[in-house]
Amino acid sequence: MSVPIKKFSGKGISVRGNDIDTDRIIPARFMKCVTFKGLGVYAFNDERVDGNGKSKGHSFDDPEYQGNPILIGNANFGCGSSREHAPQALKDWGIRALLCESFAEIFAGNCSSLGMPAVTLSKSDIEQLQSFVENEPKMEISINLETMKVTAGSREWTASMPEAYRNALLDGSWDSTAVLSQAYTEIDRVAGELPYI
Amino acid sequence: MAGKNLFEKVWKRHKVRTLPSGQDQLFIGLHLIHEVTSPQAFGMLKDKNLTVRYPSRTFATADHIIPTDDISRPLADPLAEEMLKALETSTQEYGIQYFGPESGKQGVIHVVGPEKGLTQPGMTIACGDSHTATHGAFGSIAFGVGTSQVRDILATQTMAISKPKVRRITVNGTMPEGVGAKDLILAIIGRLGVNGGLGYAYEYAGEAIDALGMEERMTLCNMSIEGGARAGYVNPDQITYDWLKGRPYVKDYDSMIRYAEEIKSDSDAFFDDEVVFNASDLKPMVTWGINPGQVVAVDEKFPVVESLPEEERETALRAYEYMGFAENEKILGKKIDVVFIGSCTNGRLTDLREAAAVARGQKVAGNVTALVVPGSQEVAVAAEKEGLDKIFKEAGFQWRLAGCSMCLAMNPDKLQGRQISASTSNRNFIGRQGSPTGRTLLVSPAMAAAAALAGEIVDIRKTGAAS
Ligand code: SF4
Repeated sequence: MSVPIKKFSGKGISVRGNDIDTDRIIPARFMKCVTFKGLGVYAFNDERVDGNGKSKGHSFDDPEYQGNPILIGNANFGCGSSREHAPQALKDWGIRALLCESFAEIFAGNCSSLGMPAVTLSKSDIEQLQSFVENEPKMEISINLETMKVTAGSREWTASMPEAYRNALLDGSWDSTAVLSQAYTEIDRVAGELPYI
Repeated sequence: MAGKNLFEKVWKRHKVRTLPSGQDQLFIGLHLIHEVTSPQAFGMLKDKNLTVRYPSRTFATADHIIPTDDISRPLADPLAEEMLKALETSTQEYGIQYFGPESGKQGVIHVVGPEKGLTQPGMTIACGDSHTATHGAFGSIAFGVGTSQVRDILATQTMAISKPKVRRITVNGTMPEGVGAKDLILAIIGRLGVNGGLGYAYEYAGEAIDALGMEERMTLCNMSIEGGARAGYVNPDQITYDWLKGRPYVKDYDSMIRYAEEIKSDSDAFFDDEVVFNASDLKPMVTWGINPGQVVAVDEKFPVVESLPEEERETALRAYEYMGFAENEKILGKKIDVVFIGSCTNGRLTDLREAAAVARGQKVAGNVTALVVPGSQEVAVAAEKEGLDKIFKEAGFQWRLAGCSMCLAMNPDKLQGRQISASTSNRNFIGRQGSPTGRTLLVSPAMAAAAALAGEIVDIRKTGAAS
């Protein structure tokens, strides 16, 4: 079993925009790799630098936010492909949790299986959080998965996430392989009853 | 009590148990892997001291990074060579069937699975690739998964997944001339939105769907994911069985049909949601923006941002800025630089026939680079047998080797700078075709071929192509 994740705190980094797809999180040309290690430097590559390698002022490039582990984004974050390279690149960069208005389904599942909470807040709450973080990069944000509350300073917001992912993080079963391998006998039984196997 | 739909029945047969998290543990009958998302999974297996539980249920090919001009080894790109080697080594080590570039059976994984008869009705299928939904065309339930799930399936032949709801999309009537499955799915995504399918699997049904051939059904199911749905399927029928007959991995044809008939949706099946389309309203579709939901019929104008639902406005503004297009402009007559015909959406034999029918005896416009990339080596051979390669070459199209190619441009086939392409692939995301500033208009194979000839977007219904 993996480590239970009940609470997480850290500084935030705001990434604004709806429908940020996985091609933007990690362009396909950086996926030519046989391990996920070191992908972090390419996270949001084409949003960070232009064709001449000049910075476009993306928050991932801003010295103020380096190493801040909580990404705050908008609607439908992580849409597009199933590539786990996207959450892996974010993780390698230093992200450990995400607060967004909503997530694409596969992306949220991928985050969960990496032990990264992908937590949903309302549009107005996210906007508040984003402006807080943009004004005060050093502000500490806490995410409590037991109470589903997010706090920063004296403010508190109510968050949500799919129960299955939440439970898996809370009880430490997010690293699914261990849990799934407990059922080898049942697996073989199901396989044996399928007409095509 | 209402009857059961296919999704429900297949899920039940494959469910191992309910996990403590509340998700289900689902047995995966067919696991497909390729070189981009599997090496890391094999690495994770090693780290955990695990092995492959059902090696005979996993099949591999190489598609994403394969060059389409020269596949002699070592590949020119050392990173691509390394990925290919990693896949070769792992499949050998674990005894997994691998259709490599030298086998004559290589191709885009979602083209290869069906053509080998690996994909069959009533299976659960998973692949570390979002367009796995393609296989739903055969009445299987097929999911794109992440690398951690690839690892889980290798280790246990199961994955943890929450059961989605099922929405039936019924398409009544007959599709007009010049309109095909690609236009239908673009219209569906245009109407329901790129997130419209969140939490759902789609069952496609109705007269217009029954009339589709298998390749068209694959095109349709392929892009379910672009509409946010986790999977999409069509109930198996005689068209399915005829297509599968004699394919190498169809071992017991009669038992396959028996099982297929069992798991078909009951006539009074329950659905969590229903949406109805009318096929006769459909027109050729072209995307104008940076996601497949930003789409218009070929004779329409681009939408006014103010007229869009509020949550779509920001992306629309961004799309106009990126594409260099403006509200109220017409898509008709938009100049293009590149044409790409291929991919797991439209790289099969009937797609190539459709494009060739348009290209026959014509010439590609002087300023256009046009690529035809067969979806698999077998598709290439079949097309060459019919002389399609000659038709394309004589018209000035490049006839390439099989692979994903410019669908996502992980190989050398890329847009340059701000080039704009008419592409039969499935994604028009920013930078998708290899240039961070490149632009993509998604269209059907016939529309792509017609655009190549004209050097701009034209209406296939008016140019009177042979199709
Ligand atoms: S053709 Fe495109 S969408 Fe299909 S598997 Fe290859 S890269 Fe993915």
